[in-house]
Amino acid sequence: MDLENQKRVLDLSEKYGKENVVVILGTSEAESAGLTAETITAGDPTYAGPLAGVSLGLRVYHAFELKDQVDANVYDEQCGMMEMVLDVDAIISEVSSIRDQYSQY
Amino acid sequence: MTAPVIKGAAYVLVHTPDMIMHYGTTCALEHETNPESEFLKKVPGFIRSYEEVVKYAPNQAYIGNILPDALNDIEKPWYKNLIQDAKAEGKMGEIVDQDEFYVALKLSDAFDLVALEKTFLEDTKAKLTKKPMYTEAELAKLKEGAEQSEIDSKVKEGAEPLYMGKKLVGCVKAAHDKDKNLTAHIMVENLVVKASGVIALKNLIYRNNIPADSIEYVIECSEEACGDMNQRGGGNFAKAICEIAGATGATGSDTRGFCAAPAHALINAAAMVKSGVYKSVAIVAGGATAKLGMNSRDHVNKGVPVLEDCLGGFAILVGENDGISPVLRTDIVGRHTVGTGSSPQAVMESLITKPLDKVGMKITDVDKYSVEMQNPEITEAAGAGDVPLANYKMIAALGAKRGDIDRTDMMSFIKEHGMPGFAPTQGHIPSGVPFVGAARDMIMSGDIESAMIVGKGSLFLGRMTNQFDGVSIIMEKNTGSEESAGTVSKEEVKEMVAEAMKDFASFLLNGKQG
Repeated sequence: MDLENQKRVLDLSEKYGKENVVVILGTSEAESAGLTAETITAGDPTYAGPLAGVSLGLRVYHAFELKDQVDANVYDEQCGMMEMVLDVDAIISEVSSIRDQYSQY
Repeated sequence: MTAPVIKGAAYVLVHTPDMIMHYGTTCALEHETNPESEFLKKVPGFIRSYEEVVKYAPNQAYIGNILPDALNDIEKPWYKNLIQDAKAEGKMGEIVDQDEFYVALKLSDAFDLVALEKTFLEDTKAKLTKKPMYTEAELAKLKEGAEQSEIDSKVKEGAEPLYMGKKLVGCVKAAHDKDKNLTAHIMVENLVVKASGVIALKNLIYRNNIPADSIEYVIECSEEACGDMNQRGGGNFAKAICEIAGATGATGSDTRGFCAAPAHALINAAAMVKSGVYKSVAIVAGGATAKLGMNSRDHVNKGVPVLEDCLGGFAILVGENDGISPVLRTDIVGRHTVGTGSSPQAVMESLITKPLDKVGMKITDVDKYSVEMQNPEITEAAGAGDVPLANYKMIAALGAKRGDIDRTDMMSFIKEHGMPGFAPTQGHIPSGVPFVGAARDMIMSGDIESAMIVGKGSLFLGRMTNQFDGVSIIMEKNTGSEESAGTVSKEEVKEMVAEAMKDFASFLLNGKQG
């Protein structure tokens, strides 16, 4: 996960409280979605950024997991095409597995 | 108004194995932060030879010796399945060796910043005399090289080194002692852009028999900035390149837009020709040293050779309608606007379907799409997937959503309307333009009728905006009917008739004309 984005997530969770932050991912590959989810829950596995050794335990979802939460037209407009292109099941399974393990909220 | 056509295209690669360690950001940063790292020790063992680079199939596709689709028939990994009888010289360009390139750097050096060792310069000059692209007069400008001791001491004083293997054969000095924009490192980056751009433009001129002085304007569209502390990106690479390439009848300017810049430049060139401002406009770009070995850490970790070992360059000539060359359809231009948004769907609609809708075309009406044509062998090993394939999947999905194709036909659409990636990951180089030359050949030989050139760019890298960017244009078969200036177009006739009818209606209603 980009070092600057790690810092932004850290700053926002300090400002608003970890319990009030939900991170929504739009990553296109299961592997990178999993790595990002791990970074903002358990900490940066590459030990390179501000979240190295910091377990924020934030709630994290991929946009595909929120399909039922948003207006169907908006979802179709924003995500419909990518839903046809990407491996949705693999992405959801990766992100939900990380969430189940490390999310504290 | 004339229709702008693609008169020719040239593509060059410059194999620079010894620049990877010193000028590629990945290795250079590692040198700074962790000079004793295992990674740096391993890199030299993963560097390819010039012969391997020439025989590498994606490189042969880039210089025009095979069509991109031919890569479908070569087993992967391509770096293990070399084309044994491959040539360094291509139909549309060439693969230049590092020693020749160092001399090309010297030829592009207007301020005596580059020094090359005497014997090295003499030997390499002898090689260049055999190349038809270099005249005696040009090579005579090189004069005598420097003593080894002089180069050694300049490097000790801060000049950037030019190595052939372990041998120091030259250096590039800083152009100012305090200006951060004229440091030796930046001068290397900028001279490399200029010199590789010159090689590309020379190839365009030579391989298409274009009189060098007939080019009226050049748009340079790479990613570096040249200027001093008072105007960091002042330019003008274009004119600097024209001067060395012998385009004496040209002026020019630089266009920037990250990876999308070449597609912007192509549209700008088409517009200039169509408007009649210039008859002959070339777009040209040199390569980026910073991106050499960009993914080398992943490549080395996975036992893959450092595949980002070449600088890329290209040049395309847009001219007035000759009745034969493929036409650039300036009426079918896609653009990502500020209001488009950044969802992949919105991006693809703005670049692909919106321009097609304007003229009532379906996604399947375009024979080939040239998108971000990065060689997947480079990106997959770095965990970034197959970039062109991802683009083709999105275009196919858009087509399926619109009902242009059946959802079950998405894969066959991709095979037919797409192609494997073959371009080096040199930022601006892979984006849309690598296929222009092959598309020109395929259209003129009747294999296809049209191609859409799509350029996309990530602007966030400059930290000025989070906006995405992209533009697209269609090139298609020339029907042979040449429009002549001064003739009234169908659209203009329609407008005139409509105006007359409006006046007449107004006369009937009001009893007077007005």
